[in-house]
Amino acid sequence: MGGISDQSAFKQDAPLLAVDTLSVSFRQEDGVSTPVRDVSLTLHQGETLALVGESGSGKSVTSLAIMGLLPRPAGFISSGKIRFQTRAKQTVDLAQLSFDGMRQLRGREMAMIFQEPMTSLNPVLTIGEQIAETVRLHLGLSGRALQTHVKAQLDLVEIPDAARRMDDYPHQMSGGMRQRVMIALAMACQPSLLIADEPTTALDVTIQAQILLLIDRLRRETGMAVLFITHNLGVVAEIADRVTVMYAGQVVETAQTVPLFRKAAHPYTSALLSCLPARAKADASGLRRLVPITGQPGVFGKACAFAPRCPHAAALCETHPPELELTDGGAVRCLRWRELA
Amino acid sequence: MTTPLLSISHLSKSFPTSRGIVQAVDDVSFSIAAGEAFGLVGESGSGKSTIGRLALGLITPTAGDIRFSGQSINGLSERALKPFRRQAQMVFQDPYSSLNPRLRVRDIIGEALDTHALAQDRRDARIAELLDMVGLNASHATRYPHEFSGGQRQRIGIARALAVEPRLLIADEPVSALDVSVQAQIITLLQDLRRHLGLALLFISHDLDIVELLCERVAVLYLGRIMETGPTVQVMKTPRHPYSRALLAAVPKADPEAPRVKRLVAGDIPSPLNPPSGCVFRTRCFYAEGPCASDRPVLAPLDAGWQSACLRDPLPEHE
Amino acid sequence: MTVLHAQMALFLKRLFRRRLVLLAALILSVLVISALLAHWVAPFDPSVMKLVRRLKPPSDVNWLGTDEFGRDILSRIIFGARASLGIGFLVVIFSMGIGTVLGLLAGYIKTLDAPIMRLADAMMALPDILLAIFLMAVLGPSAGNVVLALSIVYAPRVVRVVRASTLVVSALPFVEAARALGVSTFRILRVHILLNIASPILVQATFIFAYAVLAEAGLSFLGAGVPPEVPTWGTMIAAGQQYADDAFWVVLFPGLAIVMAALSLQLIGDGLRDMLDPKLRKAL
Repeated sequence: MGGISDQSAFKQDAPLLAVDTLSVSFRQEDGVSTPVRDVSLTLHQGETLALVGESGSGKSVTSLAIMGLLPRPAGFISSGKIRFQTRAKQTVDLAQLSFDGMRQLRGREMAMIFQEPMTSLNPVLTIGEQIAETVRLHLGLSGRALQTHVKAQLDLVEIPDAARRMDDYPHQMSGGMRQRVMIALAMACQPSLLIADEPTTALDVTIQAQILLLIDRLRRETGMAVLFITHNLGVVAEIADRVTVMYAGQVVETAQTVPLFRKAAHPYTSALLSCLPARAKADASGLRRLVPITGQPGVFGKACAFAPRCPHAAALCETHPPELELTDGGAVRCLRWRELA
Repeated sequence: MTTPLLSISHLSKSFPTSRGIVQAVDDVSFSIAAGEAFGLVGESGSGKSTIGRLALGLITPTAGDIRFSGQSINGLSERALKPFRRQAQMVFQDPYSSLNPRLRVRDIIGEALDTHALAQDRRDARIAELLDMVGLNASHATRYPHEFSGGQRQRIGIARALAVEPRLLIADEPVSALDVSVQAQIITLLQDLRRHLGLALLFISHDLDIVELLCERVAVLYLGRIMETGPTVQVMKTPRHPYSRALLAAVPKADPEAPRVKRLVAGDIPSPLNPPSGCVFRTRCFYAEGPCASDRPVLAPLDAGWQSACLRDPLPEHE
Repeated sequence: MTVLHAQMALFLKRLFRRRLVLLAALILSVLVISALLAHWVAPFDPSVMKLVRRLKPPSDVNWLGTDEFGRDILSRIIFGARASLGIGFLVVIFSMGIGTVLGLLAGYIKTLDAPIMRLADAMMALPDILLAIFLMAVLGPSAGNVVLALSIVYAPRVVRVVRASTLVVSALPFVEAARALGVSTFRILRVHILLNIASPILVQATFIFAYAVLAEAGLSFLGAGVPPEVPTWGTMIAAGQQYADDAFWVVLFPGLAIVMAALSLQLIGDGLRDMLDPKLRKAL
């Protein structure tokens, strides 16, 4: 699961998805806000990239921008590029693509699954009808070929007794089953990119494990790339090849999973890892304790957003905004990362 | 042997619904000593939240007994229950709906004091003390809940619970709705409060890592029944029950270099309307055999304070 | 900033965006203010009869014309507003009073739910006007009895709305927390529930005001409401019916007054409902 196979292979191929200094803004009642600033990340074929962050980090908005699903007219891409390599071997900039252009790609080459399957599935259509809709639209199948394909999709996501369950309605299924249906819908046209936005957060632990295994198996079998958005570092450790950490709308660190967990380069990432109960160390009296991040979330510095809460903040951090610098195998946005390594 | 602070024996609760009867809690027994932290873990339908509410007298049990320091609260009227409200209080899951949005913080906490006629002559000072205990300050008393973040609201909820000076805090998924960094703050706060106030804790959660950190003993629940219970260290490190093993195997480990689990339990959690006969876990259990469908397993002792309800125990070692 | 400040600021901002509601509020204010300041606003004494000027059409002396006794219609409408709007207002007070109490009890206490709701359902099964007429027949004609009868007629609506909101709020964790603390049921209803269901109640109040104004006019027109000597918009139309062919203004203007009052109240109610509910929750 999430094997750290041949890293070099990733670097040689051009990335499937390359987000380049993307900024997303929203027009609101009292002005314009920019919840995503200067975000860059890359994703290669067959790779799982975890996009990690807490509330307000901008991770979900970033994924919506990539899929062209920002709420209109409030949300818009204010700058940057989203380069995507289509199956026809062309590189398009999704940020510039028209609404129809995006519609062609969505479902066919890019797909997204969400956290709450109940609200993402149409309650008045059977699941068979919903999958058929996508297949009919993108692959042009009909009649018996259509039915066969739909059943095959349900088998693919390990829904038992698929032939009978095709006629079930979403409310007749459990949360885990509905998430599998969502995945089947997403996979119906063999996309090359799957964006999963917290797909297991609302599921029970044992079901979550099954779904993670399923997504990973599908990735290995089809060679698709997965952009997995989560706030759960445990999930990241289980399935991601590489990780991109976001804070206050910016990317603060990108690295391969193992090195990140061993020693993170950015103070926020290390602080976040210290917040995990599994990593609590025993203090002087032998009691295991966590080391929470000091200060309140939502309090950001003017230069470095994390400075007010950073244990390593220096005077410089309050005046000089850090740029995203490339490191050996990733990137960091911190003025002091070299000293702290 | 001292009387336990909270003693639950053969507790059961069933709910009639339009589609049948749901046995939310089925013959659950455990006890918590003063100052001890006990974890209740389980997934959906395990009954853990229902047990928390039964313990507080918010719902009445269908069968079984609930005792605080030896005194039963069964069948007591609201008025008779009132003194017991000072024994145990609850911290709720959703910080955004567990505080009345129309009341100021001082009224939210003050109500707790007023209801039990506590600190009536020094109300403001006491409110300030309680806020300080949870890491907030006195100036926060005049504000409204919507002016605070999720973590801060949870602290206010804890202050409200502490106002009546309970000996037991029942925390029902108190950090599930919070960000990781905020979870760490609240967990640390709970640890500190336990230490300074000698508070006992009934921690209800699906997050095994937090339970392992906070609780000395734990009970693993599935469809309303206890599958395994004992000291946290033993249950989490060397689980004996197939469900405990499955649960622990399924939890994502925050260590990319840890060995991968080879076999995960399949299938969905059965509907509580129609639980499997005999052992409720048998439909997803790797070790299930004939008798598991007809005989209901009882909790059998494995070691001091450690029990597991499995007909096939002892099972082959960890895979 | 208090919750109230934040809500009011947002509320006013949204109010000014909705021009129709603003207009309705303006019209209603004009009606209410002229009713309150009737003695100063009305050009003539509404009871003074000038038979020589009977049934005169609108002119620059009598802007809305005169009725069959030569009384100025505009002045009668302004004074009539006192009765019509006054009765409407009192109906709101009483029906909301009874209805809120019963609704809270029905929503919070399971054993009281069925009996209260069956009673409310039974009352709502009858058309409002029929029930009102029946009650007036029992009580006898007077302004006070109209208030009583209409309060009884409209209370069930309030009970329904309050019960529905109570059910929603009762399920929220902070109510459970209050119960866990041992807070008395009375205090829970008063502090925890009532304060949080204010919005739907307010909206309902404006609708009931409108219905009451219409109903009073209907009752008076049918002779089952206020005694004919008391000037209300309804009695004016009742008395003026027979002259309507030749002197249409005698019924047109009171009719318009009724329409304007009821319509502006309903528009305000609609606007309030849009402005208050889900968006405000986001502000919280």
